[in-house]
Amino acid sequence: MTANGFYEEIIIAGFGGQGIMLTGRLLAQTAMEAGKEVTYMPSYGAEVRGGTANCMVVLANEPIACPVVGRPDSLIVMNKASLNKFAPRLKTGGLLIMNSSLIDTEPQLDDSIEIITVPADELAVELGSPKSANMVALGAYLQKRGHLTPDAAAQALPDVLAKRYHKTLPVNAEALRRGAEFAKACCTSRAKKQ
Amino acid sequence: MSERVLMCGNEALAEAAIIAGCDAYFGYPITPQNEIPAYMSRRMPEEGRVFVQSESELAAISMVFGASATGKRTMTSSSSPGISLMQEGISYLAGAELPAVVVNVMRGGPGLGNIGPSQCDYFQATRGGGHGDYRTIVFGPSSVQELVDCMPLAFDLADQYRMTVVVLADGILGQMMEPIVLEKKPGRELPPKDWALTGAKGREQNIVRSLWLPEGSLEKHNNKLQAKYEQVQKNEVLCEQYEVDDAEIVVVAYGVAARVVRAAVNKARENRIKAGWIRPITLWPFPTEQISKAADEFRIFLTVEMSNGQMVEDVKLAVAGKAPVLLHGRPGGGVPTVDEILDKIKQLSIPTKS
Repeated sequence: MTANGFYEEIIIAGFGGQGIMLTGRLLAQTAMEAGKEVTYMPSYGAEVRGGTANCMVVLANEPIACPVVGRPDSLIVMNKASLNKFAPRLKTGGLLIMNSSLIDTEPQLDDSIEIITVPADELAVELGSPKSANMVALGAYLQKRGHLTPDAAAQALPDVLAKRYHKTLPVNAEALRRGAEFAKACCTSRAKKQ
Repeated sequence: MSERVLMCGNEALAEAAIIAGCDAYFGYPITPQNEIPAYMSRRMPEEGRVFVQSESELAAISMVFGASATGKRTMTSSSSPGISLMQEGISYLAGAELPAVVVNVMRGGPGLGNIGPSQCDYFQATRGGGHGDYRTIVFGPSSVQELVDCMPLAFDLADQYRMTVVVLADGILGQMMEPIVLEKKPGRELPPKDWALTGAKGREQNIVRSLWLPEGSLEKHNNKLQAKYEQVQKNEVLCEQYEVDDAEIVVVAYGVAARVVRAAVNKARENRIKAGWIRPITLWPFPTEQISKAADEFRIFLTVEMSNGQMVEDVKLAVAGKAPVLLHGRPGGGVPTVDEILDKIKQLSIPTKS
């Protein structure tokens, strides 16, 4: 947050194949269509070859300083390695969306950080689309932050998803909504302390 | 096409080059700019234009030389180590006065370095880079939109002055996505390419060369080039500044570093520190006059660079001893943060009583 208001830095991380980059691009596209300033920065370094993937998205109402995020306001992690790597970097008062389907530990974090554990893979399987776990997690994030809606993300999805996957648009829209509903029902593992 | 689209810098600059009328692209892959040849390999044939993935960077720049000699708009792109390999060709382009656009998406050096973002090729780009007494025009854009906007200008300036224009981006700018507007705008009125090798039927032959053996001929040629560079220095400087008038501290930065500086200076102003910034958009010609003017009143100059300090030397030349010039440099892939620059500004500011 700055004097001008809204400035949100997000890291999304997981392993290759979980749709991490697509999730970041969808968030960026949704924000752009909502008229916000936005940057999206993929990891392109040597770590990509090691099987992990992450991207950084900055959303704001003012020109964005740097697309590289050191300390995120929000973190979406889809696997344990990413949790270990990025959770310590969260800002005080930050938001952690954690895929509990693949992460069995409770991170030791500052009490100010709000943790939402979402069984993203299980919920995606229930919807009949195991690959949509990323959309479930993004839906939970959007619900928690409230600056963009899961429906707006669903509308932006055709712009970032390759045409050959467009038959999955309805189920991914459903996954976004499912994630949002789950977060709304409040699966907070501990209350956010003010 | 005037709607906002989300594109990464590499693809956006490639599309901007196509819109600017680039006839031929030659290149060899290297991270972090692989999206440029990948995009061009698809789009150039679609447009009925030329794409060649060369066998090396040396071949790519030589192909640029050949295509440019025929009067075609041509470009190449690479990243730091690949640009080093191209220096011989760039020097020959300068000698033969051939237009070309060279995009350098910089990575960390020296040597193979790493693939992180960097601004470590400033010296190489702004001092010519290869052998001989020559210059290249250098753009240091700081957003994907500015990267897009400088492409048509790069082609126009290359044609107008018959010289190489370097677009100096970095790994962040190449990889990051930002909303941009792509549109064709009217370009400059350009002189006819009556020097080009187009077949000498019905006219005197044209000769494109960089070899001047007769006594005195190379000195004359060099003086001609120099006169051209003076015109560029006089007419083509681009620079942006903010809140410099009352500033006690002026931060000078270009490219991605300038974005971070802008945010840090805004925060400094919120803390009632009198800070401002100057952002060179052309790195050569350098905004020497603007910086010199700012130094007429006493202020502290702080240069922020993603290197161990290269542009800082041009800032010092411009300030010419009238004020202190300090450096905050992050080499080898390091990216300065807003708080880090704000801390520097705070250290340099004169405490005001509240």
